[in-house]
Amino acid sequence: MSIKNRFVFSLILSLPLLIEMFTTPLGIMLPGGVWTMFFLTTAVMAVSAGPFIESAWAAFRHHHANMDTLVAIGTTTAYLYSFYAMLAGKDVFFESAAFVVTLILLGQYFEEKMKHSASGAVSKLVDLQAKDAEVMRDGQLVKVPLAEVAVGDIIRVRPGQKIAVDGVITEGTSTIDESMVTGESMPVTKKAGDHVIGATMNSNGTFMFKASKVGNDTLLSQIVEMVKKAQTSHAPIQKSVDKVADIFVPAVLIVAIATFTIWYVFIGASLVTAMLFAVSVVIIACPCALGIATPTALMVGTGRSAKMGILIKNGEVLEAANHVKTVVFDKTGTITEGHPQVTDIVGDEATVLRVAANLEVSSEHPLAAAILDKAKAEKVDVTAAENFQAIEGKGVQATVDGQQAFIGNDKLIADYKLDATLSDRMAQLQSEAKTVVLVGIADQIIGLIAIQDAPKASSAGAMAALKARGLRTVMLTGDNQRVAEAIAAEVGIDTVIADVLPGDKADHVKQLQAEGPVAFVGDGINDAPALTTADVGIAMGSGTDIAIESGGIVLVKNDLMDVVRALELSKKTFNRIKLNLFWAFIYNTLGIPVAAGVFAVFGLALNPEIAGLGMALSSLSVVASSLLLNKSKLTSTPATDAHVA
Amino acid sequence: MTKILVLIVALLLIGFIAWWFFGKHTTAAVDAAVTGSSQDVGVEVSGGYSPSTVVLKKGVPATLTFNRKDPSSCLEQVVFPDFGINEFLPQNEAHVIPIDTSKPGEYDYACGMNMFHGKVIIK
Repeated sequence: MSIKNRFVFSLILSLPLLIEMFTTPLGIMLPGGVWTMFFLTTAVMAVSAGPFIESAWAAFRHHHANMDTLVAIGTTTAYLYSFYAMLAGKDVFFESAAFVVTLILLGQYFEEKMKHSASGAVSKLVDLQAKDAEVMRDGQLVKVPLAEVAVGDIIRVRPGQKIAVDGVITEGTSTIDESMVTGESMPVTKKAGDHVIGATMNSNGTFMFKASKVGNDTLLSQIVEMVKKAQTSHAPIQKSVDKVADIFVPAVLIVAIATFTIWYVFIGASLVTAMLFAVSVVIIACPCALGIATPTALMVGTGRSAKMGILIKNGEVLEAANHVKTVVFDKTGTITEGHPQVTDIVGDEATVLRVAANLEVSSEHPLAAAILDKAKAEKVDVTAAENFQAIEGKGVQATVDGQQAFIGNDKLIADYKLDATLSDRMAQLQSEAKTVVLVGIADQIIGLIAIQDAPKASSAGAMAALKARGLRTVMLTGDNQRVAEAIAAEVGIDTVIADVLPGDKADHVKQLQAEGPVAFVGDGINDAPALTTADVGIAMGSGTDIAIESGGIVLVKNDLMDVVRALELSKKTFNRIKLNLFWAFIYNTLGIPVAAGVFAVFGLALNPEIAGLGMALSSLSVVASSLLLNKSKLTSTPATDAHVA
Repeated sequence: MTKILVLIVALLLIGFIAWWFFGKHTTAAVDAAVTGSSQDVGVEVSGGYSPSTVVLKKGVPATLTFNRKDPSSCLEQVVFPDFGINEFLPQNEAHVIPIDTSKPGEYDYACGMNMFHGKVIIK
């Protein structure tokens, strides 16, 4: 029988008992008197309370005690005493047993409903999955179920259709609504060569794409897996709660027996009074509010953040994020766009650019890409230079047009003379947060190229918001001091640590940890050690798989404001856990002495029915308070909170 | 006289509760039966998990078959925090949960309220 049916059954049978309670003072009794009460309560005990007793007995045999133990012992005591009292012709308390069962079932019924809505985030994510896809098989487009889509399949997506799996567009363009996975509210335009994410919605165009990740490898599956793990994880604070819960129920039973003995033997109260106090203790002490305080808040908090494209991996990360004092950022790709662009060319533009492009044509350096892009835009003919030779830590040299040419960073000044005008220009460009490369031919520096990696639009806002939260911001970069400081000034970062070798990032994080817990935000492969070293590693989702693996928090969007939101949500969730625990704990600790009749001299006492109602309310208030996390306001207002995910 | 009797009974009861719930009561671990290329252990859920400790062989695909006899809503969910498993156990029905045995170690699991505990050892 479901909890709901058990509740309805006991409610119907309890109603006559409730009516009788009010009519007895008027001299109106139930037909059949005490015997009717006995039969009604017996039915309630057998049908509605039966499972409590069954479970309590099963637990008892395993040397365990749980909330059912308390409910079973409390109601059975009231019931058995009333049976004895009925035969002995004394006052009976059948209604106490029946009401307590009804109220507790009512509480459990609501709790069950609320728990389901708290854990809904995962199933909503899974529901996003497309059911089938139009796949090219033997030159024909055929509709196949999602499970049969394989890596390498060419899939057609028409307007309004869901994209089945992750992949890369091969032909066509379209705008795609990715809000359900990334939390990004604006639809994005995608063309051939762009990545698409499974389970996102195609809006207006038709396109073909090649599946690159299917099944459990898709971004959505990984998100689902991460959210599942986060929701079942335990915050460290829970461990101390568990220890309390383990000894709580037996301790309560002992307190109840002591209560009865003290009232009956030492104070000389009547058997009935002593018993009612003892039963109230047992009923009010149920530790279930304590037990669900952490998990429900964790579930709602991680579920809500997942909707915004912020994946918090577990309760430990959540608790750690709450203590963070310093936020360290990697520069390239995190604070900046990560796509450097040529902004200035000093000297004879055409020559400088041509020489530079010829030198960089086969380089994989990100700055080289910027120079080549510029050369392409200016329609410069690029022919690869010959006889490449690296100038260790400074640049490269090679033969261009039969002459020795070179390109490299400002350390080349040691080898070549830089005239005063160029030197001034270089200092000026660097102070504008631009990286300057020197270009030369035949032992002469002929010009400078300034390259800039512009800060993301969201960077300045995010830094200001972090500062408003009292956090210190630090930038770690391999770039030189002047460029780094210019960027820092532009976005408002407190401290700059420049000229950091990629392998030393983790060491710098460690040094910063001496002053307090550190969060590290990064995206590259070389950020992985720093992400793991930091108390909280925040991986930008646009980053590499390994970075995502190392981070405790993963931001699906490439928006720095999400760092602020992640920290704020963690704090909110953790504070809610503490609040829940406080209420659950206060309730149990204050409730027991009141129920035991310690304050009876002041006229403050509980009867078992009120205790049962109170117990139901305490669980409900904890679950409700967790659910309210969904509604709590974020100061860093997320743009897309209302979206379904 | 009655009061003295009540007092004695109460003290005895308290002593019994303390011994029964707080005393050391050991439970034996049960090894999984390996059949062909897979292994499975049945776990009865009734006032706790029996057996509460299960030993699985590393690398062999494994399943735990839970059968919840207990009507309590306390035990209706089983949670393996390390594996990200949080499943509802239908009452009086066998419910199979696959366990990833690729990494050796001790993995605790618990009911939804984290009051009843079990353990899976993979070695």
